Amino acid sequence: MPFPTPRAAFLEGLKNGAPFVIVVAPFALLFGVLATEAGLNVAEVMGFSVLVIAGAAQFTALQLMSEQAPTVIILVSALAVNLRMAMYSASLVPFVGSAPMWQRVLMSYLMFDQNYALSITRFETDHELTVPQRVAYYFGAVSLVAPLWYVLTYAGAVVGQRIPEQFALDFAVPVTFLALIAPALRTVAHLGAALVSVVFGLLLAGVPYNLGLLIAASAAILTGAEIERRMTRGLA
Amino acid sequence: MTYSDNQIWFLIGAMAIGTFLIRFSFLGLVGDRKLPDWLLRHLRYTPVAVFPALVAPLVMWPAATGGQPDPARILAAGVTLLIGYRTRSALYAIIGGLGTLYAMMALLG
Repeated sequence: MPFPTPRAAFLEGLKNGAPFVIVVAPFALLFGVLATEAGLNVAEVMGFSVLVIAGAAQFTALQLMSEQAPTVIILVSALAVNLRMAMYSASLVPFVGSAPMWQRVLMSYLMFDQNYALSITRFETDHELTVPQRVAYYFGAVSLVAPLWYVLTYAGAVVGQRIPEQFALDFAVPVTFLALIAPALRTVAHLGAALVSVVFGLLLAGVPYNLGLLIAASAAILTGAEIERRMTRGLA
Repeated sequence: MTYSDNQIWFLIGAMAIGTFLIRFSFLGLVGDRKLPDWLLRHLRYTPVAVFPALVAPLVMWPAATGGQPDPARILAAGVTLLIGYRTRSALYAIIGGLGTLYAMMALLG
C-alpha cells in the first residue's frame, strides 16, 4: 500500500525498525565494554562507533588489536567484513539512485544490515512508492538504531572497567561472531565456505602477522562462489 | 594492546573512509549499472568466509586458559551456533552461548 506522504513513510519505517533496537542494543553495549577493557579510551571507542559505525567490522578490529596484528591486516580484515555492503549499495540503486546526492551520502553512512533488509524488501514488493517515500522509509527504519548505537557504546565504555573478570568477556567476541553467521548457514555454498574458513583458520593460525586469516577468508570465498556456480549450472 | 594513539586514530580514520566508500560505492559513484554475476557471487560469501577463520582459533585455543582447549568454551560455541541456526536470531544465540559458558564455568569450578 503506498503512503500518502514521505512523512507517513518515515513513520512506517520507524515502526518497522523498532524491534531491531533489541538486537542492536546489546552489541553496542558490548562493543563499548570490550573496547574499553582492551585499553581504548572513550574518545577512541566513540571514534569507532560514530565514524566507522559498522558493528561486525568494529568487533573484528578489536579482536585483531588484542592479538597485536599489524594495522594493515586489521584494516583489510575489517573492510573485508564490510564488503557485503557493496552488494547492498548496488541493489538500492534502481530504487533510490535518482535521490539527491546529500540523501544518498547520508543513506550510505547510515547503512545497517537491519534497515537495508527492511527497506529492500519493501521496495521490491511495494511498486507504488515514490523515490522520496523510499528514502523516508529507509531513514525511518534506521533512526532508532543509529542513535542507540552511539549512546549505548558510550554507556558500555563508561561502565567497561567495572565488569569483573568472572564474566569471561574474552569469549563474548567469538560468541557474537558465531551468532552473526549461524543464521546465514542456509545453503551448501555457505556451509562449504564456513567449513573451509574454519579448517584454514586453524591450520594457518600460526602464520605471522595474522596473514592466515586473510588466506583462509580468500580460500573460503572462492569455495562458496565455486559451489554456487556449479550448483546453479547444474540447475540450468 | 600496544598501539600508539596515532596508530589507533589512523586505523579508525582508514576504517571509516573505507567503510563509507564501500557503502557509497554504487549509490554514489557507480550508479545504475548491473554488477557482473561473478562479483556478486564472491561478495555474497565474505562474512561467512571471514568470521569462522577468526573465531575457530579463539574457540580451540582461548588466551584466557593459556591456549589450552577448554570444554566450557567449546560447548558454549556449539550452543551458540545451534541456537543461531535454528532460531535465526543472533540475540538468542548470544544469550544461549554466554549462558552455557557461565553455567559450565560454575559447574566445573
